[in-house]
Amino acid sequence: MLAFLLKRLAVVIPTFIGITLLVFALIRMIPGDPVEAMSGERGMDPARYQQLLHEFGLDRPLPVQYFEFLARALKGDLGVSIVSHEPVLREFIDRFPATFELALCAILFAMALGIPAGMLAAVKRNSPVDYGVMGVSLAGYSMPIFWWALLLILFFSVHLGWTPVSGRLDILYDPPRVTGLMLIDTWLSGEEGAFRSAAAHLILPAIALGTIPLATLARMTRSAMLEVLRDDYIRAARAKGLSPLRVVVKHALRNALIPVVTVLGLQVGVLMGGAVLTETIFAWPGIGKWLIEAIHRRDYPVVQGGILLTATLVIVVNLIVDLLYGVINPRIRHPR
Amino acid sequence: MALLEVRQLRVEFGAPAHPLHAVDGLDLDLDAGEVLGLVGESGSGKSVASLALMGLVDPPGRVSAQRLSFDGRDLLSMRPAARRQLLGRDIAMVFQDPATSLNPCFSIGDQIIETLAVHEGGSRRALRARALELLKQVEIPDAAGRLDSYPHQISGGMSQRVMIAMAIACNPRLLIADEPTTALDVTVQAQVLQLLLRLQRERGMALLLITHDLAVVSEVAHRVVVMYAGQAMETGAVPQIFSAPQHPYTRALLDALPEHNRGQARLQSLGGVVPGQYDRPHGCLLAPRCRFAEPLCAQARPAMQARGNGAVRCHYPLDGTGASPGHPGVTVEATQ
Repeated sequence: MLAFLLKRLAVVIPTFIGITLLVFALIRMIPGDPVEAMSGERGMDPARYQQLLHEFGLDRPLPVQYFEFLARALKGDLGVSIVSHEPVLREFIDRFPATFELALCAILFAMALGIPAGMLAAVKRNSPVDYGVMGVSLAGYSMPIFWWALLLILFFSVHLGWTPVSGRLDILYDPPRVTGLMLIDTWLSGEEGAFRSAAAHLILPAIALGTIPLATLARMTRSAMLEVLRDDYIRAARAKGLSPLRVVVKHALRNALIPVVTVLGLQVGVLMGGAVLTETIFAWPGIGKWLIEAIHRRDYPVVQGGILLTATLVIVVNLIVDLLYGVINPRIRHPR
Repeated sequence: MALLEVRQLRVEFGAPAHPLHAVDGLDLDLDAGEVLGLVGESGSGKSVASLALMGLVDPPGRVSAQRLSFDGRDLLSMRPAARRQLLGRDIAMVFQDPATSLNPCFSIGDQIIETLAVHEGGSRRALRARALELLKQVEIPDAAGRLDSYPHQISGGMSQRVMIAMAIACNPRLLIADEPTTALDVTVQAQVLQLLLRLQRERGMALLLITHDLAVVSEVAHRVVVMYAGQAMETGAVPQIFSAPQHPYTRALLDALPEHNRGQARLQSLGGVVPGQYDRPHGCLLAPRCRFAEPLCAQARPAMQARGNGAVRCHYPLDGTGASPGHPGVTVEATQ
């Protein structure tokens, strides 16, 4: 297990270097710079402009800037936001719980619907149920998030008036921040209606963000189940006189979940990408919205640090999923 | 009354207009405590017939029979739940490939316990003790240590012993063994077969032994049914059927045994393959491959007719010594 972990970590190092290079280069390829973004439409006196560039250290050669960024990042210093003058790490930690809450609810929503739907489609293979599930999931997979989110808002918020259009919580409530997760904080505050408000704000963004993972999981579960259902041990289980439900849920699903869990880990990347769109549309104060704003303002340290942290998160979660793979697969957990 | 009574069992696959007859009117009788060998080459329908007995043929496969009864109860008219109760408890099955017939995600103890729990129930501790006892009965070394092993941690021969333990867990009255030793090493084959026979004798089980190994059948079976292309070609008692085969197919199988070819450069073989869906002969199914075939054989399919203490499906059965075919002029009254 330790050897496995070390091997995985060795792969992570070049990945990190690649990410730092990419993010450093990409943000600087966008026309403009932080000083220009600050000066707005009226422009700025060229001498002042040069002075500010010098203050931010942006007039130095790019390799110098890159290696300084890298050296500091290795020491855990991601720099200070050019706009807010707050440390990037602090800002990230402040906003992270909002994104975490949204992403967690989205993936739970995707699992709760996607895995049973995929199972059902596999068991009722080539039936209207199967075609229905696969058709809907293909539509869900193909639907651009921003379009899907707008449709959800139009129907549930505007037409039916069931949920608020945006934000995390009604302004009436201000629960003390304990975990940063609004569902838990409002519940702990005991204020009447606060939890309901938090849940109502969360539901549409979670559905919008969870739809692509939902479709992926449904399709993945279906194909994994179809493969497993053909296996000899399924026939042997039926020969023991087990009910079809028990055969499918206990014997087949347990084996089908092994590849599904791997896909689940990959969905974290999809979720972080989707969070950028979802948070922007629903004005959700999380990492995605923060990064978009930082890009608009050419806040180089925030973009670099924020993306590096997000990437770290994705890598760590996938590492955990790989370890989890060993837990659910006895062939790895119990070597010969 | 026979324990298992099968009349005109048919299993078809594919479109109803052009069905593939996997089993085409098979009759079987099996008394309590009897060992019946079901032999035939690959594709002769042995395994499909056994799955049909178990009720494990899935749509689009179609099973029909004039009579299919176990212990006087009609299996075909039974509700699925009632039939499942028989499976694993009164009728159990051992499959061909033990390595893939055990579920890789559960320990072998759990898989034995599951059969006991479903049919008989009891406390977890009591069931575990019984599973341990069963592992000892199938002569697994260090049974207590093996209870928590996973299938990938044990050898093929040991896996088959576990499958047998699972099959005999509830003291079935009929055990169907579908090529139980084919996938094993030659050195292990004899041991597993001896184990099966010892358990059969000790428990007075009826054993339906499906195999293509005539040597095995000649040693252990009381009676034999020789199958070809979904039909029984000859049935008879051991050893007569081997000393005096009446059907050319039985004789061809015997002629192909290495023991019958001592001192010869090449083994005798039966040319060609079992007919498929589209080249099924109109007359006798064996006619295209039979070296004794006469014009009548290609025109009319022979019926099963009693002869001696067995039955044979041939227009021109071989005489008692199995040396030469009966002359058409002499035996023509035997055909209708």
